[in-house]
Amino acid sequence: MKTKNHYETFALGILDIKPETSIDYTFCFEYNKPLNYGQFFELSIPGIGEAPISVSAFDENRMWMTIRKVGRLTDAIFNCKAGDTIQCRGPYGNGFNVKQFTGSDLIIVAGGTGLAPVRGLTRYFVTNKSACKSLHVITGFKSPSDILYREELDQWERDVALVLTVDKSTNTWTGNTGLVTEFIPKLPVLKSPHVQAIVVGPPLMMKFATLALIKDGVPQDNITVSFERNMSCGLGKCGHCKIDETYVCLDGPVFSLTKAMHLID
Amino acid sequence: MSYQVTHDQFRELFQMLTVTYRIYGPTLFVNKAEVSDCDYVGYRELLSYDDLITNVKSYFSPKEALFPPREVLFSFGSDHAIVPSDDLKPVIIFLRACDINGFDRLDTLFLQNGKDEDFYYKRRRDKVHFFLLECAQSFDSCFCVSMNTNTTAKYDAAFRFTDESVFMQVNNSVFESYLSIGELSDFMPRFVTENKSTVPVPDASIDEKIFFDPLWDEYSRRCIACGRCNTSCVTCTCFTMQDYSTGSDTSERRRRWASCHVQGFTDMAGGHSFRKKHGEKMRFKTMHKISDFKRRFGINMCVGCGRCDDVCPEYISFAECIRRVSKLSDQYKNDTDKG
Repeated sequence: MKTKNHYETFALGILDIKPETSIDYTFCFEYNKPLNYGQFFELSIPGIGEAPISVSAFDENRMWMTIRKVGRLTDAIFNCKAGDTIQCRGPYGNGFNVKQFTGSDLIIVAGGTGLAPVRGLTRYFVTNKSACKSLHVITGFKSPSDILYREELDQWERDVALVLTVDKSTNTWTGNTGLVTEFIPKLPVLKSPHVQAIVVGPPLMMKFATLALIKDGVPQDNITVSFERNMSCGLGKCGHCKIDETYVCLDGPVFSLTKAMHLID
Repeated sequence: MSYQVTHDQFRELFQMLTVTYRIYGPTLFVNKAEVSDCDYVGYRELLSYDDLITNVKSYFSPKEALFPPREVLFSFGSDHAIVPSDDLKPVIIFLRACDINGFDRLDTLFLQNGKDEDFYYKRRRDKVHFFLLECAQSFDSCFCVSMNTNTTAKYDAAFRFTDESVFMQVNNSVFESYLSIGELSDFMPRFVTENKSTVPVPDASIDEKIFFDPLWDEYSRRCIACGRCNTSCVTCTCFTMQDYSTGSDTSERRRRWASCHVQGFTDMAGGHSFRKKHGEKMRFKTMHKISDFKRRFGINMCVGCGRCDDVCPEYISFAECIRRVSKLSDQYKNDTDKG
């Protein structure tokens, strides 16, 4: 039996582009196959390169990704328009297990672009109130100009307990200031027997946020994190994402904290 | 069946084999060593028996026959992607027992890790035959016995080269017609049973505390992160995907060897990276070879070929590093048992 070539790409059509900040745009693509929140694809433009980008949200016919303009490939993607196609392969990774959070007192702590991979998941629990006992969201950004999905965050704030904070405020900012960790002790569900927490963001932020959650009684097993690594092949061959015996592209990028704590880089 | 032939007879039968097979084996790369006016022994396609070097350990491993340093995965045009076709000729590789065991590790990573087999590795692997080179003696830096890779049964034919003759054992009937010349012999390949270097290998379930041991600081001072150990290693498999422009609207998607020691391996967009200290990189490599690969797949990745010891410009001995980690592992175990 002939082996399938898993490095082959398929065309991904751009339906819509929405700038969120000067360097973060949300791309809406045409895609209708099954997905899990938190999985990723290897996007590419032939001749320029490939990059791993996580899925932010999806429905039956479309998928959204928030992409930051940081290098050769993303610069080129930012030059695309609705109607263009780029190349793609995937999905890769395990993604979040929605069943795990169903019926829980769910806490979502997202730092910066870490909000992108949990956007769809959060939206699901905001719009399906009965899916969990309670929902608390803390999302923080470096400064007001870095905030993603402002309109949707404002919408969520009307429906669920949401804290939007910035590390550094400006003259015109009237919202919360402070690191996300400062708002964790105030959460009323920390000692609940049904508590589940999801933490996504830069490594240092995840470290301190998870420490804060544990300090206030959330069991390690009930905390879920998502890792970012320099995925190159996405297939478990190139070794770039390997941490100890774990391949982040195969066994992750979503891990329980119990497992993640022993992944020493 | 085993046979004994003269060197002239072997030269002829080698020529016959090249009609059907591409033969890879250790050969001299004249004036190409890293030091001026010096040669090195590496692997390349051989056109004649005279090119085969049988008594020197190769500097580079035979893995490049299946996993070349640079491989084109796709050729792109303005509206198409073509997978380069592979040479249809089957391949013979002359290699030692340690390296045959090394190919087991390559097979494990490329064919068994994750749910997909690597297409490019597989199509070459399906065509490969192994011709075992008997080791007349262990080389100085070898520690195959400690790694249980000094023997193998996975060869299509085995060879011993002496001053007067070539002895051959046919293990795969496909080669019977090529090799059944000369006199019948009772030749059976001998394997190395003892190395100069004995290396106790620690339990795969290594104590996490070892990750933070000051042992690695010494390697931070000594290792210059050149990556030679990875390029010479028969079981290193890491690579990077890379697109390369070849014209105004043509380009290629390639993969090329990567080294966990060389800077940039963990670099991510946004500036994050991990294992910045050279000692941390050394620790990562070491654990991969004698700990985490075994935990994931059941066998150690290192096959004790000793090439990394031979090629390190800072004279870092990987065998010695494993010894130290073993000692630490015992130490930490005793400490845990005691307290």
